[in-house]
Amino acid sequence: MAEYLVEIKNERLSFFTPAGEVKALNDVSIHLKEGEVLGIVGESGSGKSVTAYSLMGLTAYPGKLIGGTLEFNGHHIEKMSEKEMRAIRGNEISIIFQDPMTSLNPVYTIGNQIEEVILLHTDKNKKQARARARELLELVGINEPDKRLKQYPHELSGGMRQRVMIAIALACEPKLLIADEPTTALDVTIQAQILELMMELKDKLGMAIIMITHDLGVVASMCEKIAVMYAGKIVEYGTTDDIFYRPRHQYTKGLIRSIPRLDTTEHEKLVPIEGTPVDMLNPPAGCPFAPRCEECMKICLSQMPPVTEFEGCHYTQCWLIQKEEYEAEGQKG
Amino acid sequence: MLKYIVKRLLLAIVTIWAVATITFFLMNLVPGGPFLSEKAISPQATAALEAKYGLDKPLLQRYMTYMSDALQGDFGDSLKQRGRTVMDIIAMKFPVSARLGGISVLVALIMGIPMGCIAALKRGKFLDSFISVVATCGIAVPSFVVCTLLMYFFGVKLRWFPTVGLTSWKHYIMPVMALSFYPTAYIMRLMRSSMLDVLGQDYMRTAKAKGLSGFVSLFKHALRNAILPVITYVGPMLAYTVTGSFVVEKIFTIPGLGGEFIKAINGRDYTLIMGTTIFLATLIIVMNVLVDIVYKLVDPRIKLK
Amino acid sequence: MKENPLSFQLKLKPEDFLPATKEEKESQVIMRESVSFWKDGVRRLAKNKVAMVSLFIIVLVMIFSFIVPSFYPYSYEEQIKGANNLKPMEYSAEEQAKIDAGEDVFPHILGTDKIGRDYAIRVMMGSRISLLVGLVATCIILVIGSAYGSIAAFFGGWVDLIMMRIVDIIYTIPDILLIVLLSFSLKSPLQQLVEVPGFGWLGVLGENLVSIFVVFALLYWVGMARMVRSQVLMLKESEYVTAARALGVSNGKIIRKHLLTNCIGTLIVTTTLQIPSSIFTESFLSFLGLGVAKPLPSLGSLASDAINGINTNPHLLFIPALLISLIILSFNLLGDGLRDAFDPKLKN
Repeated sequence: MAEYLVEIKNERLSFFTPAGEVKALNDVSIHLKEGEVLGIVGESGSGKSVTAYSLMGLTAYPGKLIGGTLEFNGHHIEKMSEKEMRAIRGNEISIIFQDPMTSLNPVYTIGNQIEEVILLHTDKNKKQARARARELLELVGINEPDKRLKQYPHELSGGMRQRVMIAIALACEPKLLIADEPTTALDVTIQAQILELMMELKDKLGMAIIMITHDLGVVASMCEKIAVMYAGKIVEYGTTDDIFYRPRHQYTKGLIRSIPRLDTTEHEKLVPIEGTPVDMLNPPAGCPFAPRCEECMKICLSQMPPVTEFEGCHYTQCWLIQKEEYEAEGQKG
Repeated sequence: MLKYIVKRLLLAIVTIWAVATITFFLMNLVPGGPFLSEKAISPQATAALEAKYGLDKPLLQRYMTYMSDALQGDFGDSLKQRGRTVMDIIAMKFPVSARLGGISVLVALIMGIPMGCIAALKRGKFLDSFISVVATCGIAVPSFVVCTLLMYFFGVKLRWFPTVGLTSWKHYIMPVMALSFYPTAYIMRLMRSSMLDVLGQDYMRTAKAKGLSGFVSLFKHALRNAILPVITYVGPMLAYTVTGSFVVEKIFTIPGLGGEFIKAINGRDYTLIMGTTIFLATLIIVMNVLVDIVYKLVDPRIKLK
Repeated sequence: MKENPLSFQLKLKPEDFLPATKEEKESQVIMRESVSFWKDGVRRLAKNKVAMVSLFIIVLVMIFSFIVPSFYPYSYEEQIKGANNLKPMEYSAEEQAKIDAGEDVFPHILGTDKIGRDYAIRVMMGSRISLLVGLVATCIILVIGSAYGSIAAFFGGWVDLIMMRIVDIIYTIPDILLIVLLSFSLKSPLQQLVEVPGFGWLGVLGENLVSIFVVFALLYWVGMARMVRSQVLMLKESEYVTAARALGVSNGKIIRKHLLTNCIGTLIVTTTLQIPSSIFTESFLSFLGLGVAKPLPSLGSLASDAINGINTNPHLLFIPALLISLIILSFNLLGDGLRDAFDPKLKN
């Protein structure tokens, strides 16, 4: 048994568009133990969804894995054929998508769509599959499951549909659940309910979760570890405490500054991060965050900073850390 | 559902009434009458004939008489083909047109849907470009052009198929090709774009994430959604094949209802014009209602109001 | 520890850690230039080779049908003696004699028809009629359809309900059936109308041509009306219009900046695609003998006339048949190109 359930090492993935190669992932490494919850945080286009999708072999055309290894539960994802991948998808790894309104097929009943995945991956017959579907709906907290099974997606509310998506994802008791911004498209009150449900189910079923979000509030309450992504790179990685109390990268600091807080006594202003993300078609030579960074230095613009590791699993990539060390060395020397 | 059908039927009746009324007054605007062209008949005989069919009465009275008769199912006798009722003629000619039209619709669906799917699945590849070019050219060629080209090459030059009449299966090939040409091309285009749209939908990603094979996600999840626009098109397509057969019937000398209609107009056969118009209009409207109901069965989101 | 291992590896210098200037930071941000909607659309259209070729063909056909006939040596109704059924580039005996005598005789590029009319000029006139019908009928449809549709959408309520019911009814009427009937029955009232002073210009166009226009005006505007109505309704309720209104933007500016820009793309595309369908219908009618009056040719009637001589003179059939297909194809492809370029909803 390997140490980790998921181990992604130096993954590089590019989209080959007519306009040129877009380096969506550049040297991304992630590892996750069984039953752990990892949050991947970043703004749109930072590569967080691409990372998760590549783990399921769902990379959309014209994306292509060009380097690195992806290990899941003893499988080498990057070497597996489409047919082998199909046996894993929906079975050992499941995913919940962002928009429950469009993620269910409008012309089939809820029951049909849940049973489909059960029939595909287990030996259950139709009747057993229906019973299991009913059980799943109860599990995700949907009332009147018998009635719901016969209903069509458009007859259900958004929160209800996301519960159905979770039921589909959990149908075969996966080892890993990927949640791709599962609450972004929902009302705030529903968001909390769905997150609570997910944590509850995690404790009950003991699966690992990769939580993809741009909402730091979500990861703070749910995740044990957090990876902060920017422009296809993990700029900082650590436990939730590391990220929230000892952030080392300027981007992480910026993200934290931009969340509203209730515990401040003074009228602090929220500080947004100025500027826009880099154009991934023409990535800069240096740190991708440099043009938006308040502490930007000359070297930041020309060279990519090296990885600096701290205690535990905490690491970051920032020249400011190098500067501190350099100055400390200088004083010593 | 029932309420919807009742509502649609009411609308259909209004439409048919409108068509009948417009047709009645329009055809009476056309100069000449059914018996004027027959030189052999004396003026007295013409007058007698007109009196017999009530053509000497004022227009409005004739309209009222016709409508009340028609309501009771009596569409009268043909004015030109003596001794035959309008219903007889329709009953004799319509099956010919219907068979031809039905086969053409089937051919269009059987050819158009798979080709459109293939084009969408092979997006950007050679096969896609090829099918798209064929479809684009196909909808640009009027039916009479298709007919005449087919006739010239296969009928006159190569002598593969007979060019006149509709007596054996060989006779059907060219008219069906001509009649299904446009709808096939149209369905190919429709199917391609709707399939492309569906393939990009989130639920297709869900299907893949469930571990379904490409085959199952295509047939179960994509096709049923992608086919919806095609169903909507079946209504107009039926209208097209019914009326498009005017040209085909003329060129291939097929004894169908389309040819009969043109003949009736040329001969001012008032009752036959009315009968055919009402019949075809009813047919198309009923077909449209049926298509709507089928649509509802395929797409649960549609609420028939 | 003599040397800093870091500086050894990466050769760091203290000046590397100086703050970067604003200019240096900005030089890293490559912004794509922003272009206006129209500029962007035209640029994309110009890039679309298929659409540009189609446009070129349409312009070419227009030159040949509207300009060339005015200085062409033959006229479409002139019957040249002894020049019946000439094959392309052939001369009649009389013309051959003239040529032998050293005179210049303009060749019959496409031959002549069975009563000795130069076919090239007839085809040119035929495409003139077809294009004219396509353009004029489309204008009629555009005007009636958009007026009707926007009125229905603007007033809403029961006005909208009744107006749309009427549209529904017209929509379900089998069109070809009514067109055939209409073009038949309108002929004589129009002929009488031509006699009335002030309406003589109708005669110049020909009763049939006018009746075709009437048919289009009566039947084909419904599709356009539906489209315009749904567009206006959608835009009326769209959030950016509400937002603009909330910001105090004037009605005039909302209409100019939001409604028109968003509607006009769709309108242009629908109109362009309506042209070939009008041409299509006209050729169909002419083929059935219900189109333009003789001796004026249209592409449909030329094809229809040539059908009887299909064995001896197939080119008389093929030329108008292929030309009409080419015209319709070009308009369709141009319409597709315009849609790709100007319909913002289909952008990307």
